[in-house]
Amino acid sequence: MKITRSEVEHVARLARLELSDSELDTFTGQMDGILAYVEKLNALDTEGIVPTSHAVPMENAFRPDQPADSIGVEAALANAPLRAESFFRVPKVIE
Amino acid sequence: MEIIDLTIHELHEKLKAKEVSSVEATRAMLDRIEAVDGQVNAYITVTPEQALVEAEAADKRIAAGDIAPLTGIPVGLKDIFVTKGIRTTCGSRILENFVPPYDGTAVAKLKEQGAVIVGKLNQDEFAMGSSNESSYFGPVKNPWNLECTPGGSSGGSAAAIAARTATATLGTDTGGSIRQPASHCSCVGLKPTYGRVSRYGVIAYASSLDQVGPLTRDVTDAALLLGAIAGHDPKDSTSVNTTVPDYVAGLATGVKGLKIGLPKQYFIEGLDPDVKRAMDEAIALYKSLGAEMREVSLPHTEYAVATYYLIATAEASSNLARYDGVRFGHRAADARGLKEMFAKTRAEGFGSEVKRRIMLGTYALSSGYYDAYYVKAQKVRTLIMQDFLNAFNEVDVLLTPIAPTPPFKIGEKLADPLQMYLSDIFTIPVNLAGTCGISIPAGFSAAGLPIGLQLIGKPFGEATILSTAYAFEKETQWHLKKAPL
Repeated sequence: MKITRSEVEHVARLARLELSDSELDTFTGQMDGILAYVEKLNALDTEGIVPTSHAVPMENAFRPDQPADSIGVEAALANAPLRAESFFRVPKVIE
Repeated sequence: MEIIDLTIHELHEKLKAKEVSSVEATRAMLDRIEAVDGQVNAYITVTPEQALVEAEAADKRIAAGDIAPLTGIPVGLKDIFVTKGIRTTCGSRILENFVPPYDGTAVAKLKEQGAVIVGKLNQDEFAMGSSNESSYFGPVKNPWNLECTPGGSSGGSAAAIAARTATATLGTDTGGSIRQPASHCSCVGLKPTYGRVSRYGVIAYASSLDQVGPLTRDVTDAALLLGAIAGHDPKDSTSVNTTVPDYVAGLATGVKGLKIGLPKQYFIEGLDPDVKRAMDEAIALYKSLGAEMREVSLPHTEYAVATYYLIATAEASSNLARYDGVRFGHRAADARGLKEMFAKTRAEGFGSEVKRRIMLGTYALSSGYYDAYYVKAQKVRTLIMQDFLNAFNEVDVLLTPIAPTPPFKIGEKLADPLQMYLSDIFTIPVNLAGTCGISIPAGFSAAGLPIGLQLIGKPFGEATILSTAYAFEKETQWHLKKAPL
């Protein structure tokens, strides 16, 4: 076994995903199979190889720090599930 | 020839000569959508009122003598492109009612030319899939055989070309999501080099791999549409500041003396016999046109799928953290406290493929596994990139199949995600290497299903793969065959 059901439950908590019992069962089996498959990477010696995070060589893209137009409060809040005045409203944060 | 069958460049000539108006062309396309999209399900949202307003504006521009290559052309957009005032779902319940407050850069560029947006196209949820079956809005059917998938994730974008419900479309490609559906629907699909097209306003899946590109009826249209959307954008700091060549002007370059590489790892046992035959015919044709064939080796090919499913899922788990029910999108009702609201919102809003990839990516990035999985995959990615650089020291272009088989049946691979992932084996390496690839129609299986051919170019070598594709298209004319719909 590459991954246990309780590890899958732990990952779901990290990912902020509420999974049902049957989803936990299914994902445990499927993730186990996929993780067994990706094990094949260990057959390669990658000692000293530099990891690639981007396909094209990147340098920092600098620009002058000048204020520009933004979309504005009303447009930014237009899709809010719940709002109060000019804020996003959420359930109680401190339990 | 009916209006709905025309390419961009053919319709452009008719608009310019005032034989057809944009309103007429747009109406014809909307009527066609009305008539056949119930069977195909390529569209999530059709925008007839806005389209007709845009078409009238295009006709005014044309009357004033101001016509650009895309002015008045009815186009469809994968529903991953945010569009101001038009619902943008990304194929997900979590964005079912999301109406973006701005246009992304590629969309803005199309609008500047006066293109007419007829609607938003179906896709795998958050572009995660190879068959369009993970869409919250139901699977797309392949117009060549309604029992088959159109491929994915830009399945709607490809099916709309084959069903003749858009003159051209835009898609995105993270591991093959433009090229594989283009192959399965017998249209042209181009994944540009990473950084060639701005990703601003494209809903992110795996940011180091995602790229925007055209799906079209022929190679000339792909060249035209790429030219329209390519270029540096200050709003995407990963877009690259190099000149955009005139891709159309270079199309007729020909292939005489061109060195075409055949990667031996792509011509393996188990390749479907119909696909093998189509590749052999293509190789013979290129030889007869004066191209030189050489076997090359991409030794790390067999590690590409494993590498991709670690890197893409890790990036996805991070990108999709923003869907939390706070600022936009679905929010679960009746949650007690903030944490429960996050977990329930995401549980209700995401489908199973998206959950599975978030889970895998979260695991690969979690404490204790980060080096063993994520960093290991990034190192293997370096080796895969090096394979391509080495091959391109010997040859100008690589020729490969797009998919190991013709289109598969809806439902066929749903039970086993790993089998689904392995169907992208020939397209994924191009995204990992960050270079460009094009899929062009290359024939049909015995059962009449489309088969695509892939040409892979050097980084920013789009002009070369386009002219190589154009030479093939001119001789074969596979692209003229119409789906029986």
